[in-house]
Amino acid sequence: MAREYRPRIVTANDLIEGDAVYFTASHGWSREHGEAVVAFSADAADGLLEAAAKQQDRIVGVYLAEVEMGPDHRPQPVHFREAFRTRGPSNYFHGKQAQA
Amino acid sequence: MYRYDDFDEAFVRNRVAEFRGQVERRIDGSLTEDEFKPLRLMNGVYLQLHAYMLRVAIPYGTLNSRQMRQLALVAERFDKGYGHFTTRQNIQFNWPRLKDIPEILSLLADVEMHAIQTSGNCIRNVTADHFAGAAADEIEDPRPTAELLRQWSTDHPEFQFLPRKFKIAITGAPNDRAVTKAHDIGLRMVRNEAGEPGYEVIVGGGLGRTPMVGKTVRDFLPKADLLPYLEAILQVYNLSGRRDNKYKARIKILVHETGLDEIKARVEAAFEEKKRAFSGAPADLVSAIEAAFAPPSFDNTRSLAFDRAQEANPAFRSFVETNVAEHKNPAYGIVSVSLKPVGGTPGDATAEQMRVLADLAEQYGHDELRISHEQNVILPHVRKADIPAVYEALREAGLATANIGLVSDIIACPGMDYCALATARSIPVAQAISKRFDELKLEREIGPLKIKISGCINACGHHHVGHIGILGLDKAGKENYQITLGGDGTETATIGERTGPGFDADDLVPAIEAIVETYLNLREDAAETFLQAYRRLGADPFKQAIYSEKDEARAA
Repeated sequence: MAREYRPRIVTANDLIEGDAVYFTASHGWSREHGEAVVAFSADAADGLLEAAAKQQDRIVGVYLAEVEMGPDHRPQPVHFREAFRTRGPSNYFHGKQAQA
Repeated sequence: MYRYDDFDEAFVRNRVAEFRGQVERRIDGSLTEDEFKPLRLMNGVYLQLHAYMLRVAIPYGTLNSRQMRQLALVAERFDKGYGHFTTRQNIQFNWPRLKDIPEILSLLADVEMHAIQTSGNCIRNVTADHFAGAAADEIEDPRPTAELLRQWSTDHPEFQFLPRKFKIAITGAPNDRAVTKAHDIGLRMVRNEAGEPGYEVIVGGGLGRTPMVGKTVRDFLPKADLLPYLEAILQVYNLSGRRDNKYKARIKILVHETGLDEIKARVEAAFEEKKRAFSGAPADLVSAIEAAFAPPSFDNTRSLAFDRAQEANPAFRSFVETNVAEHKNPAYGIVSVSLKPVGGTPGDATAEQMRVLADLAEQYGHDELRISHEQNVILPHVRKADIPAVYEALREAGLATANIGLVSDIIACPGMDYCALATARSIPVAQAISKRFDELKLEREIGPLKIKISGCINACGHHHVGHIGILGLDKAGKENYQITLGGDGTETATIGERTGPGFDADDLVPAIEAIVETYLNLREDAAETFLQAYRRLGADPFKQAIYSEKDEARAA
């Protein structure tokens, strides 16, 4: 039996600021994880990644990250690394957590 | 202190201008990231989890007050008001914006600093004993050699594309405070039977995924032969080092796979050729560098202030016990300023603290500061009579933590709070351990104990040479920490042994506590240090303590 595909989003860092950004349905970038467009198949994920990677003048270090769908139908990070990227460091109140 | 000559100045300024153009072209889209990445890395610019990071070299760990104030200015103007001192005598800024970095580099160039060769497969910032020029046990100040190596290795055309990065450390003292045996090349200044100074040359040390203690390729190398000899080692490595596998590309693997005798033979053969073609550095250059590191003119007046302050103030006495080391001039002391307050981030200093340190160096310390690989700041030359005043100023700035060499003087890499390579966090572990031992009030009772924490296998936190080492890993999507015991980064360098399965974050601090309790219960007396006790007892009693504890916790 084929393993069920785990949904993914496209993430990168902003070219100038360097902070984590997420690829949206309108093929723009949001600073909020929950606004990312979600791919529910490998083909869809590859397509999003390809489209996102074309925007070299806005972002750096683009890749796919696994998500799970939250009760509000917004994607949530699966791995702790991605969860940290939505917040910032744990030793100071800096980064996204301070901007919310 | 060494001052840039016209050549150095022009070189650094040109590099800033060149990088400014490269950043502009990246931002306007003329350069892709693939094209830009090697260029930014050559200038110390990394991409981390939440932002870019700029790594600035502090060659051989030496700074003057003007440079420290400039670091404070950069921290304030372009970062979030602090900087992070690393285990390789660098400072890292964690929040610069890409477009601001050329301006930062320009400000650094104003005070003769740069970020060149702080990344990439080249010869990195040459590190040295942080007590250099001050230590009572020193044969000779190693920094003139380190500066010579900086000039020789900077932009050296043959060594810009090595198989992998290459790190050199040097100590001028028999007590190795520079971890020379864990570097690609370690140099120890020694004297031969005729009393002439030279170097013991050690190669193939390193930590990372394959930790190894370096091996001696030359017991005594005359000073004048240093550059041709190092060129010979680098040439052998450059030609024969593995380029097929990133994880086997360091010189330690070449030495290990080829065998020490064969490496020695190849190096000596290359050296004979190099020596014929190149006699070494010009004598006038060497003497000019040596003159730049002449000791300050010491003030030999003594007073009873130092002794009286210790009698009157137990807190000051504690500070002196741990944070003041013996200076070669008996009227002076070496003051180590701990960047490890209880619950703080190891190696971080705020802009205000940097300015306090700069002021103290200027007023009391012959304008010299040092950064140690243990992520602390040193005032290397303080008249003993002035140490009470220095202590008071440090206390007011929150910099008087009296814990050098003790359990809370923890080395920790940035870990997954910042680093894109990390597999787990390091900083919260360091914070939790220092808080716990502060609650126990056992730190002085425990005595010398080095805990070192890395957030991934690359071992920037030197965990392999920690008396207690901690390695953070990702175990099935959860942070998990392996413990090693018995590591040693000094002249008796030893790689620590893994205790067994790792611990989740919640179970880690109790395990560390159990290890320390075991030591306290089993040591012969208070004079037997943790490392000595471990060497006598072996790993078994410590393993029993932590794994039984862990099982009990599970059962509960």
